[in-house]
Amino acid sequence: MNIEPIIFYFFSAILVAASAAVITVRNPVHAALSLVLAFFTSAIIWVLLEAEFLAITLVLVYVGAVMVLFLFVVMMLDINLVPLREGFIRYLPVGALVAIIMFVEMVIVVGSNRFGLDVFGAGMKHGPDYSNTKELGSVLYTVYVYPFEIAAAILLVAIIAAIALTMRRRPATKFQDPSKQVLVKRNERVRMVKMAAENKTTPNE
Amino acid sequence: MEEQLASVSFQVPDMTPALPEIFVLTMACVILVVDLFLTDRNRVITYLMSLATLLGAAILTFSLHTGETVLSFDGSFISDSMADVLKFFIYLVCAAVFIYARQYLIDRQLFKGEFYVLGLFGVLGMMVMVSAHSLLTIYLGLELLALCLYAMVALQRDSGIASEAAMKYFVLGALASGLLLYGMSILYGITGSLDIGDIGAYLAAPGSSDNLALMFAVAFVIVGLAFKLGAVPFHMWIPDVYHGASTPVTLYIGSAPKLAAFALVMRLLVEGMEGLHVHWQDMLIVLAVLSMAAGNVIAIAQGNLKRMLAYSTIAHVGYLLLGILTGVTTGYAASMFYVIVYAIMTLGGFGMIILLSRAGFEAENLEDFKGLNERSPWFAAMMAILMFSMAGVPPFLGFWAKFAVLEAVVRADMVWLAVVAVLFAIIGAYYYLRIIKLMYFDKAEETTPLTSGTDMKLVMSVNGLAVLALGIYPSALLALCAGAMATFGG
Repeated sequence: MNIEPIIFYFFSAILVAASAAVITVRNPVHAALSLVLAFFTSAIIWVLLEAEFLAITLVLVYVGAVMVLFLFVVMMLDINLVPLREGFIRYLPVGALVAIIMFVEMVIVVGSNRFGLDVFGAGMKHGPDYSNTKELGSVLYTVYVYPFEIAAAILLVAIIAAIALTMRRRPATKFQDPSKQVLVKRNERVRMVKMAAENKTTPNE
Repeated sequence: MEEQLASVSFQVPDMTPALPEIFVLTMACVILVVDLFLTDRNRVITYLMSLATLLGAAILTFSLHTGETVLSFDGSFISDSMADVLKFFIYLVCAAVFIYARQYLIDRQLFKGEFYVLGLFGVLGMMVMVSAHSLLTIYLGLELLALCLYAMVALQRDSGIASEAAMKYFVLGALASGLLLYGMSILYGITGSLDIGDIGAYLAAPGSSDNLALMFAVAFVIVGLAFKLGAVPFHMWIPDVYHGASTPVTLYIGSAPKLAAFALVMRLLVEGMEGLHVHWQDMLIVLAVLSMAAGNVIAIAQGNLKRMLAYSTIAHVGYLLLGILTGVTTGYAASMFYVIVYAIMTLGGFGMIILLSRAGFEAENLEDFKGLNERSPWFAAMMAILMFSMAGVPPFLGFWAKFAVLEAVVRADMVWLAVVAVLFAIIGAYYYLRIIKLMYFDKAEETTPLTSGTDMKLVMSVNGLAVLALGIYPSALLALCAGAMATFGG
């Protein structure tokens, strides 16, 4: 009895359920957490495909970094979901009809009859000493060095753009300068005023 | 383990053909760091270094030009005549954009290093696109360029319409990239290769193109390309982005990226999918006719010059597609000629808007050109040359561009298409000639003298005169395009 199909269908079911939950649950935090589950489950399916490096990257980058950041944003923003859901029921029939037609069309054109196992054959199985990470590494800096460098340039542009668009000096913003606070002298803060002594005033005068 | 590593046969790729790209990338990083240490008063150094980078890249491209096709980086990079010629014009056009932009940016406190650094990274993206020979590099080059363009539109943070334009551009651009990528992934699934050469060889084999999934891939690729080019019905972003972005950014978006987009079409459709020509020809005919019709007709109703030129761009894209859809070498050469001519004319058109603008005033409405002849006869003449050229009046350059694509269409036995194109060109002539009427026959409402810098005025004059001079003697540029296209098609 082969255990692989059981693992595949079990985690695929979780993946589909989690993905459906992302777009149907009311609470945005729950939606984000469902997305975490969806990423994690698809990472497990990638391990089945012997792509363990990509699977771990998916967990580290998407679950570990992107989604945590996303959760912070969701929790900080006060999004009122009621206006976003207005007209959902009204447009549902039309939207569902279009989606179903498109889905059927795409299955006909690019479904398993053209890209299925009987056309392409199953992928080659590798032995236990096969390392997906090493295979990726051996082509990433050799065959694909040019696309790799361009991708680096794209990331650099993303950094430049993000900083250029968000960093601005606001003269009106109040902020503390600790070094100035430490170096402050007594006579900058306290003013000694000399004045003549005044007569005592009595309330009953 | 040792054996496994040893079995990886690795040849150090020949980096020489990619020297211009390496140079531009290095200089963009250097300028980025240098700019950090400059005060606003010395910012002109960034500007001069950017121009020097383009000059250096042009010298490198020229000295490395052999006229032969060289592949490098395991087939993902190609250096051929088309790439070299288009790169040369990309440098030229971008240098002019940088010069035009300087005074405008200073006047509006936008003269920051980021404009030039992003501009140079955009040039790098265009160079990658022009020299791409694999689906991977095509897509990465496209994204590098697009990311720079989105950021440049958004740079003017205080302007509401600029932010709106950037958002629209970003969302629609991402959608277009997704469509293109989807088409590419199906293409990869069928042909089993990312390399343009391999894909071309696979599809050239008889019987291989008889596949419904392949049609699906072609349709998605063409929709993606049409979005990027701005062909109807995928043109909705163009007027809003051109209108919303600050004029130098509009100038940048409208000119050089079209050269790169043309190369993209050539690499994907002609080099990669020439075997499917009968299928994509019909799609391009529909795009071309719709673009010429919608662009020329809607432009008439525009009161804003930037929007008018945006619709004029859409119309020009229609004419540009005419040459490509013929599927023969002369047609490709005609389209290449058209796109180069278009870039030069657009440069002048948006350049005039910058020239007439000053701090706190945008000369972007048609009324702002009223009586320009009284204010500056010389620049009124330059604008007249540009408008005549865009309308396709002989002997200006735009006439020869239209003539070349129409000749290619007629030779391909599609006379009806040529007739349609001429009809829409006549409709289009109305709104170009209206500007000339405004400049020469209407009273000036503005009498402020033009305040631009000498460099701007000089380059603007060269730009206008080039349209005239090349129009009188177009054979050199035509021969250049024909030579560059010699390796394409049959």
